[in-house]
Amino acid sequence: MGALGGLGRYIAARLVMTIPMLLILLTVVFLILRVMPGDPCLAMLGGRNVGPEVIARCRQELGVDRPIVVQYLHYLLGIARGDFGISIRTGRPVLEELFQAFPATFELAASGMFVAVFIGLVSGVIAAVRHDTSIDHGVRVLNIASFSMPVFWIGLMFLMVFAVRLGIFPVGGRLDPVAAALFEPITNFYLLDTLLRRDFGLFLDALRHLFLPALTLGLVVSGFIGRMTRSSMLEVLDKEYVTVARAKGLVERVVVLRHALKNALIPIVTVIGLEFALLMGGAILTETVYSWPGIARFLLVSIDARDFQAIQGTVVFIAIFISMVNLLVDIAYARLDPRIRY
Amino acid sequence: MSAVAEVARFVTEPEARARPSFLGVVRRHSILLIGTVIVGIVVTVTILAPLLAPYDPTVQSPGGRLAPPSAAHLMGTDQLHRDVLSRVLYGGRLPLLVAAVSVAISFSLGTSLGWISGYFGGRLDRGLSVLMDAIYSFPSLILAIAIVAMLGPGLLNMIGAIAFVYIPTYFRVARAQVLTLKEQEFVEAARAMGGTHWRILLRHIAPNTLPAVMTVPSFTIADAILTEAALSFLGFGLPPPTPDWGFDIQNGQKFLQAGYWWLITFPGLMIILVSVAFGMIGEGVNDLLNPRRRRRI
Repeated sequence: MGALGGLGRYIAARLVMTIPMLLILLTVVFLILRVMPGDPCLAMLGGRNVGPEVIARCRQELGVDRPIVVQYLHYLLGIARGDFGISIRTGRPVLEELFQAFPATFELAASGMFVAVFIGLVSGVIAAVRHDTSIDHGVRVLNIASFSMPVFWIGLMFLMVFAVRLGIFPVGGRLDPVAAALFEPITNFYLLDTLLRRDFGLFLDALRHLFLPALTLGLVVSGFIGRMTRSSMLEVLDKEYVTVARAKGLVERVVVLRHALKNALIPIVTVIGLEFALLMGGAILTETVYSWPGIARFLLVSIDARDFQAIQGTVVFIAIFISMVNLLVDIAYARLDPRIRY
Repeated sequence: MSAVAEVARFVTEPEARARPSFLGVVRRHSILLIGTVIVGIVVTVTILAPLLAPYDPTVQSPGGRLAPPSAAHLMGTDQLHRDVLSRVLYGGRLPLLVAAVSVAISFSLGTSLGWISGYFGGRLDRGLSVLMDAIYSFPSLILAIAIVAMLGPGLLNMIGAIAFVYIPTYFRVARAQVLTLKEQEFVEAARAMGGTHWRILLRHIAPNTLPAVMTVPSFTIADAILTEAALSFLGFGLPPPTPDWGFDIQNGQKFLQAGYWWLITFPGLMIILVSVAFGMIGEGVNDLLNPRRRRRI
């Protein structure tokens, strides 16, 4: 059996495993949103001046008056068919709203992850190479500090310094408000759309709007990656093949980057995958601070409007997205480390 | 020096066995000490807030609204003429209380479930593990938001939500420890002596899982403080005028563009200070309890 055949089988096995995991995650979401004390209709309408018949009608519309097992099956079937319900706030299908908001979140999360990986790898490698020097200690302290800082606070501080005081960056949104009003997005990935429209100035504007949010989000996640890179590199730099590479007379840069880092990457990729959940949590706060119109903002607005279907749909959407990311990370992991097989 | 020589020296030279010097201990565990001192100071200041705060944190103080830091108001005042320093001193009560109580809950629930699951194995273990993995894989902040959104804001709901999201962390560590411990000879011996399952689990295995489990709480408290701050910042905390670092930052956000930096800067610095300090305690406890184990990632 060829190596690719092995990998193919692994991917297939991993895909099959994703389904029960996702099912359990969806069940947990269902239990939290439906079974916990707290009736969605009372949550939505309670406190407002409505009669009991309005609440009864709401319960009927949402199906929460039916037995819990029926509700559960209805819920799973709905998700399988791509039916996430209708948002009472906007009157549009929840899934449509999510697809519209998702590119903004993805653009933010991906560029945040890029920043995190860049800072994490560079700082981790430098700390490992300069092991036990003051540079190493400094990097470690900064790493610990980076994940002890509230995301929203860093965001606000950046806004205060770079947007309000210095005026280098905009205070929020994805594009300049005037340009945004005229701009017709194609895919809603603005970096891509502005290029597709061949509007290079607008592309730079989108980039300028993305910079602070991505930096904020990336900084918070970079600490974990930096830490893992440092300890993984320290372990690898001690290996005999690194000594051999040095003995061969290779330049130190080649030894560190080609021989050590490549092998140190395996555990780092796992951490990157695990940190994706953290990144999504951070994205909620980043989107709030920078008025970034992504799914996190959609979730918060829906909670505010007590729009139950939209809340549930968003959480389910995030659950599916996280499962997909975990799947991709595992596949990347298997590619990097040929020893991993089922 | 070879290992044998080291042992020989240890046996023959009493001073080699002597307790390490006080300064040596302080240096080796400086990170733990600094963290503990910071947490100690913040907790004391928070408890003594009524004595230390120059003004009542919830009512107007003399000196005008949105006044910058001055001798009368070291951290300035907010839009309702309230003294920011007093609010910062009081503002730690809620985050510290919520973090401590919720971590205590997730510690006890998660660890006991982990013990039972790891020890008895079988279907229960498989079911619980998959469930915990699923919860663990989900972004904890979004999970906490979903729970609080359904239950409504409030102190108990916030504690419940935060406690819930950290249960899998304890479950995983405790379970992994039980899995390695239950194969060891002393457990075999206890079983041969006729110990019941519960006795073996609680008397022989559980205590030995604690060094690993005890490294977790400081880290989760640090994280729980950030989660509480985030929930309050997003408006899921207690209603105003309760002082709370996260909520006060949300309040200050409205005045950011006008340049009133003191409203958000000081509460944020306090959150970082406490969170870093708990992180340092975590690192220190880790070094102390598992000196030979590599640093946790």
